[in-house]
Amino acid sequence: MPKVTIDGHEIEVPKGTTILQAARMIGQHVAPPAMCYYSKLKTSGGYCRTCIVKVTKGSAQNPNPMPKPVASCRTEVMDGMEVVNFTSPDVLEARKGVVEFLLINHPLDCPVCDQAGECHLQDLGYEHGASKTRYDFERREFEKIDIGDKIQLHMTRCILCYRCVKTADQVTDGRVHGVLNRGDVAEISTYIQNSIDNDFSGNVIDVCPVGALTDKTFRFKSRVWFTKPVDAHRNCTNEKCSGNVRLWYKGEDVLRVTARKDQWGEVEEWICNSCRFDHKKTSDWVIDGPTQVDRHSVIGQNHYELQKLKLDTGKQLKQLQEKK
Amino acid sequence: MGKQLLLEHINTPGIDTLNVYRANGGYAALEKALKMKPEELVEEVKKSGLRGRGGAGFPTGMKWSFLAKPEGVPRHLVCNADESEPGTFKDRFLMQNKPHLLIEGMIVSSFALGAEVSYIYIRGELLYVFHILQRAIDEAYAAGLLGKNILGSGYSLDLHVHCGAGAYICGEETALIESLEGKRGNPRIKPPFPAISGVWNRPTVVNNVETIAAVVPIVNMGGDEYAKIGIGKSTGTKLISACGHINKPGVYEIDLGIPVEEFIYSEQYCGGIKNGKKLKAVVAGGSSVPILPADLILTTAKGEPRLMTYESMADGGFATGTMLGSGGFIVMDETASIVKNLWNFTRFYHHESCGQCSPCREGTGWMEKVLHRVLSGHGKPDDVDLLWDIQSKIDGKTICPLGDAASWPVASAIRHFRSEFEEYIKNPASIKDVKHYYTTNNLQPTA
Ligand SMILES: Cc1cc2nc3c(=O)[nH]c(=O)nc-3n(C[C@H](O)[C@H](O)[C@H](O)COP(=O)(O)O)c2cc1C
Ligand code: SF4
Ligand code: SF4
Ligand code: FES
Repeated sequence: MPKVTIDGHEIEVPKGTTILQAARMIGQHVAPPAMCYYSKLKTSGGYCRTCIVKVTKGSAQNPNPMPKPVASCRTEVMDGMEVVNFTSPDVLEARKGVVEFLLINHPLDCPVCDQAGECHLQDLGYEHGASKTRYDFERREFEKIDIGDKIQLHMTRCILCYRCVKTADQVTDGRVHGVLNRGDVAEISTYIQNSIDNDFSGNVIDVCPVGALTDKTFRFKSRVWFTKPVDAHRNCTNEKCSGNVRLWYKGEDVLRVTARKDQWGEVEEWICNSCRFDHKKTSDWVIDGPTQVDRHSVIGQNHYELQKLKLDTGKQLKQLQEKK
Repeated sequence: MGKQLLLEHINTPGIDTLNVYRANGGYAALEKALKMKPEELVEEVKKSGLRGRGGAGFPTGMKWSFLAKPEGVPRHLVCNADESEPGTFKDRFLMQNKPHLLIEGMIVSSFALGAEVSYIYIRGELLYVFHILQRAIDEAYAAGLLGKNILGSGYSLDLHVHCGAGAYICGEETALIESLEGKRGNPRIKPPFPAISGVWNRPTVVNNVETIAAVVPIVNMGGDEYAKIGIGKSTGTKLISACGHINKPGVYEIDLGIPVEEFIYSEQYCGGIKNGKKLKAVVAGGSSVPILPADLILTTAKGEPRLMTYESMADGGFATGTMLGSGGFIVMDETASIVKNLWNFTRFYHHESCGQCSPCREGTGWMEKVLHRVLSGHGKPDDVDLLWDIQSKIDGKTICPLGDAASWPVASAIRHFRSEFEEYIKNPASIKDVKHYYTTNNLQPTA
C-alpha cells in the first residue's frame, strides 16, 4: 500500500486513493476544502480548483516535484509522495485566488438566501478568502427559474460545480438538465425549462454547495440556524431510497426533510422525493435522536461565528522542521 | 527560400484534384508505406525528429510509440484541424490548396498506427474547407486509396471529416475528442491521456494537420534525410503564417533554424515592415505565446541572433524568451498599441473559455473588463498590478492549457511594456483609438 505524507503527516492508504481522500483520512486539519468533489458521485471533482495542493515529491521512484499545483481530488497518491497543503504559503495564496474567482460573480445576497448557514461557499470565503473584494464590475445575473414545482434554480448563485448534473446522471434515471452555453455565461438549465420529474430529483438540492438549487417547500420559512435537526427514518417503499433522513424542526413543526450529511457536508445516503417533500409530520417518522452537530457549525452554535481554522503557517512550518 | 516539402506545387492549377496531385508525385509515399511494416514507419518518424506542429512541439514518433495496443480494441487517429488560434492560418491554407496531402498523410499514419477508422476534426467556420476535403476524400475512395483493401495491400481504412461548431476550445485534444463523440466540448481531466483512453475510451493519437502532412515527405525521403534539415532537435520544415504590419503577409515554409531577422526582413519571406516603419513587437507563435519587444525577438538576452527553432525561441525562458508555438507570426510596428492588442486577445480567451474551472471561467472575463476600463480612459492606478495578480492566479491552476494561454499574453505585455499601460492610465488622452476593433469585426463593446 502506498505511503503518502501530507503536511508532515504520514499515512498508508489503499492503491488508487486520491490525495484528498488520504488527507481526509488523516483529519480535518489537513484536508483541503472541496467545492465540487463529492465522494458519492463518480467522476466528480477537478472543476472548482479549491482543493489544489503542491506535490513536492512525486514518489519514491520519481522524487521530482510536480511542476504545477494539482487538484488533490483528482490526483492519486504514489508511494513516497510528499504533499503540502496548509503548510505552504503558495498553496494558501493560490487557493485565496480561487476563492476570489468563485466570489467575483457571486451575488452577496446571503441575507435573503435559504442556504446561508449551511453554504459551503460562505464557509470557504470565511476560512480561505480575503476580507475585501477587488472586483468592481457588474456581476453576472440570471433569471430565477422553477424546475418543477419543488425545486428552484437560482443560477446567479451557481458555481458550476457539476454536482447536480452528476447526481441527475447517476442517481436519477433520466437526466433532463445540464450545462448550456460556455465560459462565464454557462448555465445549469433544462431544455425549455422542463421540469425535473423524477423520484430522486430532490437530491440535487442536497448536493448543491450554494443556494442555487433550493427546496421550494422550505423557501423563506426559517433561517437554518433557528431550526433543530433530528435524525429519523421510515420504511420507505421505494427500494432505492434509504429512508434515513434529517428532519429540521422549528417548535413542533417539521419545516424540511433532507438527507443526512457527514462531517464533509456530503450526503450519506440518497433519499426519494416522497420522503423529502411529502412526509413532513413527526408521525411519519421513527425518531433516532438529535443530530450530532459539529461544534464549528453555525447550526450547533446557534449564532453566526465560525471558529476560524487555525492556519498559522509559520508556526506549523517551524514545528515540521523541528520534527525532522 | 527553404525546401518546399509541404507547399511544393501549391500554385499548380488543379493540385487540389486527385489527378493533378498524383501526376506531381502524390500518393507515392502511400505506395511506399504500404510495402513497409507499421513499426518501420513509426521508426522513420522517430528518426525524422518531427515534433508536433499544433503548438506544444511534442516529438511525434514518441507520441506514436506511446499508443496503447490492447488486443481486440480498435485504435484511432484523429487529425486536429480546429485551427482557431488568432494569428495561425497555416493548416487552413494547406487543406484548402492541397487536401490530398493531408489525406495521404492520414492514410500513411493510420497504417503506421494500426487504425482502421480515422477522423479529421475541422473547425466549424471552415465549412468551405470541409467541402474541399470531403470532395478529395470521395475521389480517394473512388480510386481505391481509401476504403477496403487499399491498393491491394489488404489494409482498409475509413476516413471521416467531422465539422465542429466553431469553438477554439475544441482544438484542445480532449475537448476535441468529447466533441467528436457528440458531447459538450469540455476538456477532460488528465490522466488518462488519449494514448490510453481517447475517442470512445479507445487508444487514440491526436495530431495537428501539418504534423500529419509532414509524414508524407518523411516517408518519401526517409527520416534521416528529413532530420538533416534544421538545427538540433528542431528538424525539418515548418509552416509559418505571417501577418500584421509586414509587406508580404502569407504562409511560408521555412527550414527550421533561419534567423528571425531574416524571416522578417528578407524579400523571400515577410519583406520587412510596411511603410518603412520600425518594428515594435512580435507575437511569434500564435496569440498564446509571450509577446516580445523588437530587440528580444531579434536577439536573445545573451546577444545571440534568435533563430526560428523551438529551442532558440524559448531561450531565456519567459523572462526574455517566448515559444515557436503553432507558427502564427504576428508583427507589430511602432504605431501598434500593445494594450489594445492585448485586450483583443483577452476578449478572445474570455469568449472561448469552456467555463469548467473557476480560475479560467471567472479570471478571463475579469482581465478583459480591467483592460477595457484602461482602454476607455478610466484605468485605475492599481490596474496593472491587479492584472498581473489575476493572470498569476490563473496560470498553472486550470484543467487545460487555455488558462495558461490566457495568462501568458497578459504577463508578457506587462513584463515588457508596463510603461504603456501606466501611460494610458495616467494620461488617457494618449490612448489610441479603440473603436477600430468594433467596426472591423462588427462586434458590440462589452461592459
Ligand atoms: C485551447 C487549446 C487549443 C488548441 N487548438 C489546437 C488547434 O487548433 N490545432 C492543433 O493542432 N492543436 C491545438 N491544440 C493543441 C492540441 O491539444 C494538441 O496538443 C495537438 O493537436 C497535438 O498535435 P501535435 O502533437 O501534432 O502538435 C490546442 C490546445 C489548447 C490547449
Ligand atoms: S446548481 Fe448547485 S450543484 Fe448544480 S452546478 Fe450549480 S452550484 Fe453546483
Ligand atoms: S482552463 Fe478554461 S477552457 Fe480549459 S477546462 Fe478550464 S475553463 Fe475550460
Ligand atoms: S474539489 Fe477538487 S477541484 Fe473542486
